[in-house]
Amino acid sequence: MSQLIAFWSILMKDMKNYYLKPPNISWGIIFPLSWTLMLFVRSGSPVDIREILPGVMALSILFGTTSMLAVTITFERKSRSFERLLLAPISLNLLMLAKTTGAILFGVLNAFVPVLFASFLIDLSGIHWVTAFSGVLLIAVTSTFLGLFIAVSVSEVFEAQTFSNFFRFPMMFLCGLFIPVSSLPALLQPLSYLLPLTYGADILKQSINENGFLPAPLSFSVLLAFSLALFTISLRNIKKRWIY
Amino acid sequence: MGETIIEAMGLCKWFGDFTAVRDASFTVEAGEIFGFLGPNGAGKTTTINMLTGLAKPTAGAILIAGEDGIRHIKKVQQRIGIVPDESNLYEDMSGFDNLVFCASLYGMEKAQREARARQLLAQFGLAETGKRPFKAFSKGMKRKLTIAAGIIHAPRILFLDEPTTGIDVESARQIRKLIQDLNGQGTTIFLTTHYIEEAERLCHRVGFIVDGSVIRVDAIGSLMQDEDQAYRLDFTLESHQPALLEAMSQAFPNIQVSVLDPQRIRLLSPTRVELAPFIQFFEDAQIPVYEVKLVHPSLEDVFVRITGIEIARLKKEKEGQRK
Ligand SMILES: Nc1ncnc2c1ncn2[C@@H]1O[C@H](COP(=O)(O)OP(=O)(O)O)[C@@H](O)[C@H]1O
Ligand SMILES: [Mg+2]
Repeated sequence: MSQLIAFWSILMKDMKNYYLKPPNISWGIIFPLSWTLMLFVRSGSPVDIREILPGVMALSILFGTTSMLAVTITFERKSRSFERLLLAPISLNLLMLAKTTGAILFGVLNAFVPVLFASFLIDLSGIHWVTAFSGVLLIAVTSTFLGLFIAVSVSEVFEAQTFSNFFRFPMMFLCGLFIPVSSLPALLQPLSYLLPLTYGADILKQSINENGFLPAPLSFSVLLAFSLALFTISLRNIKKRWIY
Repeated sequence: MGETIIEAMGLCKWFGDFTAVRDASFTVEAGEIFGFLGPNGAGKTTTINMLTGLAKPTAGAILIAGEDGIRHIKKVQQRIGIVPDESNLYEDMSGFDNLVFCASLYGMEKAQREARARQLLAQFGLAETGKRPFKAFSKGMKRKLTIAAGIIHAPRILFLDEPTTGIDVESARQIRKLIQDLNGQGTTIFLTTHYIEEAERLCHRVGFIVDGSVIRVDAIGSLMQDEDQAYRLDFTLESHQPALLEAMSQAFPNIQVSVLDPQRIRLLSPTRVELAPFIQFFEDAQIPVYEVKLVHPSLEDVFVRITGIEIARLKKEKEGQRK
């Protein structure tokens, strides 16, 4: 019970202090909008919104979650308020779950911003919502834990951002978000299969446009495995470096 | 008193090749104010971090309130409060929200934690300030709120790392009073400081720590008693020269003479001193004497004698000053 109170308070504090602050909320809206606009300008012709929707959703989650952890973890660690949490009578597992749950929820919400916009412009019938939602949730969990992994590997906020981009930008091009994996140079294709977002994007493509190319159970399992591995490694790093 | 509440046994902490704490063993008794006194870089913070679970000892064992302080640290943390050397609450949250949040980390219910936060704000004279964001607090108020956060769950033991360093004199005085009040209500206090006067005024027992080693742990009274064996007489003269001191040592073989400043010398004697011969001596040398004072030993004298370190080193503040 007391662990639950602590968990809930940490989550609520992060929400109030970080996630629901205007700059961060707008981040979730401006990013997908500008991304859509960019694709529109580049192709010179009206884009097929439904075609790019899975990619925009996946990117919104990826950028939203990873940027938040640079604040909720790296920044708090730098200002030493994180020590309070480490010194509280809460297990480290629960503490890190509390610190990441906010980012996961934020990622899920971010994913539905472009969906909301799209719903005003095009017909969204025929989407397999349950699968789409599960896909969104799993992408959010995986990229949050990727953000956690990055956040515990650095000590400055700018390092966290730089290190995140090291993962994020390749993912934008290699994970089949806008360029199908099959049209990538043969040399790069194996790399795509090493990145978790490839599997997440495929779930979204399948559930929205029925044009995924991987079996859904495989994609779900790979995302779960990535999440577990990233969380475990991050926790080990925290135990080693922060409780030094 | 009498019951041991903290026991450190052979604590060691290495950072690579560097030994920050070396084989530290000491006990703290329930109900006392225990002070860890040492210069900057002595290993005080590292020791507190090991006792509270922020650092893992390289070797050694810890017992806190009967629990294994390494293996069952989460259980121990429920009963201890920690005030770090930097006021590290959340800058954008109000004083009140900060306290309520800290209370929730210890599993306190909403109504209970809000009542407790209000009570502590009032007790610490922060009732009005408590509504402002933490970043708008003065240094002294920040430190007080950080202490309030440390005792939000009414812990049995409170750790304070340099509670008055970098704080204005008045706030420091209030903080010492708060610490004494808390102790009066039964909280065991473990504090670190590099201010000798603070240790002397506040602590029942002190541990001297220098370069990672705990050199001596004892009650203030016993430390002073050893020192009390000697009599100190400070003479203020018109002036003095090495030749004069030389002549004094020959005239009074049982005393030691040392220079305090260009006008003052100190005589150290194992027995009570009769003044007349000294006055006569200075008169013969035609040196006016303005003042003679019997000086009681201070903890400073004890510290210097036992640790052999210069007092200047102890008083040196950390470079990059803290918040
Ligand atoms: N994480 C660390 N890595 C390396 N050296 C450290 C670390 N923490 C402390 N030290 C060193 O250990 C020594 C003791 O530090 P500390 O416990 O902070 O001293 P104090 O609190 O008495 O001023 C210092 O020389 C300090 O530089
Ligand atoms: Mg220190």
